[in-house]
Amino acid sequence: MLDIRNISVSVGEGKERKPVLKDLSLHVEDGEVHVIFGPNGSGKTTLVQTMLGYPGYTIDSGKIEIDGADITQLPINERVARGLGVVFQHPPAVRGIKLNDMANLVLKKKNTDDVLPETADWAKRLNMEAFLKRDVNYGFSGGEKKRAEVMQIILQNPSFLLLDEPDSGVDVENVEIIGRLLNKFLQRDLKPQARKKAAVIITHLGYLLNFVKTDRAHVLCDGQFLCSGDPKEIYANILKNGFDKCQNSCLYSVREEAGCVVPDGTGRE
Amino acid sequence: MAMQDLDPSEFKTQAPDAHGQVSTLKELGDEMKAKLARLGLMIAEEAGAGTYLQRDQTTSLCSTRSKGVEVLPIRQALQRYDWLKDYSWVAVKADTDKFTRDAASAPPDVVQGYFVRGLKGQVERAPVQTCLYVESRSTKQVVHNIVIAEEGSEINIITGCLAHGGIGRAMHEGISEFYVKKGAKVTFTMIHEWQEQMEVRPRTAIVLDEGAAFINNYIALKPVGSIQSNPIAYLNGDNSRVMFQTILYGKGSSRMDLGSRAVLKGRNTSAEMVSRIITRDKADVVARGLIVGDAPGAKGHLECRGLLLSDTSRIDSIPELDAKNPDVNITHEAAVGKISPDEINYLMARGATEDEATSMIINGFLSFDLSELPPEIAKETKKLVDQTMKGL
Repeated sequence: MLDIRNISVSVGEGKERKPVLKDLSLHVEDGEVHVIFGPNGSGKTTLVQTMLGYPGYTIDSGKIEIDGADITQLPINERVARGLGVVFQHPPAVRGIKLNDMANLVLKKKNTDDVLPETADWAKRLNMEAFLKRDVNYGFSGGEKKRAEVMQIILQNPSFLLLDEPDSGVDVENVEIIGRLLNKFLQRDLKPQARKKAAVIITHLGYLLNFVKTDRAHVLCDGQFLCSGDPKEIYANILKNGFDKCQNSCLYSVREEAGCVVPDGTGRE
Repeated sequence: MAMQDLDPSEFKTQAPDAHGQVSTLKELGDEMKAKLARLGLMIAEEAGAGTYLQRDQTTSLCSTRSKGVEVLPIRQALQRYDWLKDYSWVAVKADTDKFTRDAASAPPDVVQGYFVRGLKGQVERAPVQTCLYVESRSTKQVVHNIVIAEEGSEINIITGCLAHGGIGRAMHEGISEFYVKKGAKVTFTMIHEWQEQMEVRPRTAIVLDEGAAFINNYIALKPVGSIQSNPIAYLNGDNSRVMFQTILYGKGSSRMDLGSRAVLKGRNTSAEMVSRIITRDKADVVARGLIVGDAPGAKGHLECRGLLLSDTSRIDSIPELDAKNPDVNITHEAAVGKISPDEINYLMARGATEDEATSMIINGFLSFDLSELPPEIAKETKKLVDQTMKGL
C-alpha cells in the first residue's frame, strides 16, 4: 500500500526555489493500479522523483508511506528495499555496466558476471538476449530501453511499481509487448481480491492503457490533482480535449463529461 | 617542473654485476615475489614461454621454454646475431630527445634489456613475461628492448615495471623497439607500479609490416613521481592494425603525460586508441592521442574518457587527428568529468547503496577489452584492476 499524504515539494534553492507539488495526496491499495495523466510541466517528473527520493527535491510538508512505514526521508535504495520499483522514462546509459550486470544487481547476485537462468528467460521473452552483454542503454533505441527496463523490473519483482511514461518514445508494437507483460506482472489477469501488486502509471499518452487494466485515474495539473475517477472516461475526455489550457479543457470538461469530483476548493460542482 | 626539465645525468646507473642471478623467480626475496605475483608476473614460471628479469642493470634471470619464441638479454643477442644491429636504434632514433641520447650514449656493457623473437610461423599463446625492477637508491635504470615477431608468428608479452620500496628518487629510462613482420601479431601488456619519487621516461616505437597486428595494453594504477611516454606505431604495411588501450589511476601528486600515436601509412590500416583515466588527490594527467591518416582506406578511432574524483586533480585530454589523404576515416571522442549523479541514482533505484553504485561505475569505467589476450594474461590483468578498485 502506498500512501502519499498532503505532500508539498519544491525544487531549486534560494530565490530560484519554486513550489511544484502542492498539498498532493494519493492512496493506492495493494492490488490496485492507478494512472496519473498530466501535461508537460504539470509536476509528473517531480512526483516520480520525490517518490523515489532523488536529490534536488525539497519536501516542504507531508509524507510518503509504504505499507505504513514512513519512507519520506529514506535514500533511494532503502525505498527499493521496501518494495518500490521503477520503470524510467529516460534511463541513463552507463558505460562499462552491462544490462546483465543490472539484472544481477536486482537479483542480488552482485559478485558474478554469469547470466542467471531467470535473466536468460526474460531476455528471451523480451527479445533482449543480444543486449545482455552490452552497456546498459548505450545506443539502445527507445523500444530497446523500455524492454530493458521492463526486464529489470520483472526480475526485481517489486511490490509497488512506478511507471514513468512507459509508452513515450516507443513504437506501437513495443507498447503492446511491454503492456501485455506488465498487465500480467501486475496480476491484472487475476481476480481483484487475489491481486497483490500495486502500481502507479504516469503518462501523458495513455496508449499503454489499451493493454494494462487500471482501477483509477487522476489528472495532475499545476502540481495538484484536479480530478480523479474512472480511467476510461478520463482518458476519453483527454483524447477529445487534450491538455491545452489545463484548467479549462481538463477541469471543466472532465467535470462535466466524466462527472468526477473537482477538489478545486471553489465550491463549484 | 616541466617533464623535459628532468636531467638524466643527475642519476647514476648500477654496475651490471650489482645483483646476483637466480635460476627461478622463487629464489627472489619476499617483497619482490609478492610484487611480481600481484602484477601477474609469476605465471610464466611454469606455464609461460619465457622469462626475463632485470634488477637495475643486472640480468638476474633469462630463460626460454618455448620452441616458438626466443628470449635473450639484449647484449647477448646483439653479439649472437649480427643482423640485429639493423633493428637497434632504428624504430626509435637515438637523437629523438635528451633521454634517448642519454640512453644511446651509455656504455654498451651497462645497458641491459630483453630481446624477444617470435620465430617465423610460430604462434605461441603462452605468455612471455618480463620484469624491469628498479632496486637501488637514487639509481637510473637504462633499458633497451627489442621485440621482433617474424612473419606469421604471434607473441604475447606481459611486462611489469616496478620499484623497490624506500629507494627515494630514482629514474627509469627505457627504449623499446618493436618490429611486427608480415601477418604477425604481438600483444604487449605493460603494468607500471612505480613509487612516488620515480621519474620514468620510456621511449617506444613499433613498426608494422603488411597484415601485422600490435595490441598494446598499458595499466598504471600506483603513484609515480612523473612519467612521460608517447609510443608511436608506424603502420607501413597494408592492412596492418594497432590497438592501444590505457588504464590510468592517478593519485597522490603523480604527474603523468601519456599518450599513443599511430601513423597510418599503409592502405586499409587501422588504429584504435582507448583510454580510461581516473584521478584523485592532486594527480595531474595529460592524455594524448594522435592518429595520422596517410593512405587510402586508413581508419582510426581515438576515445578518451576521464573521471575526476577530487577537486584538485586534473585531466587534460589532447586528441589529435591528422588526415593527409581524403580517403581516410579518423574520428575521436573525449569526455572528462565527475561521476554522473544520474548514473548513481539509477543504480540506487535498482537496489545498490551509494557506495556500491559508485564502485560499480568506476569498475565498469575501467573495464577494457581483453579479448585479444591469451587467457592467463587476461585473467591476471583483470585481477589486478579489480584489486586496485577495491582499494578506491
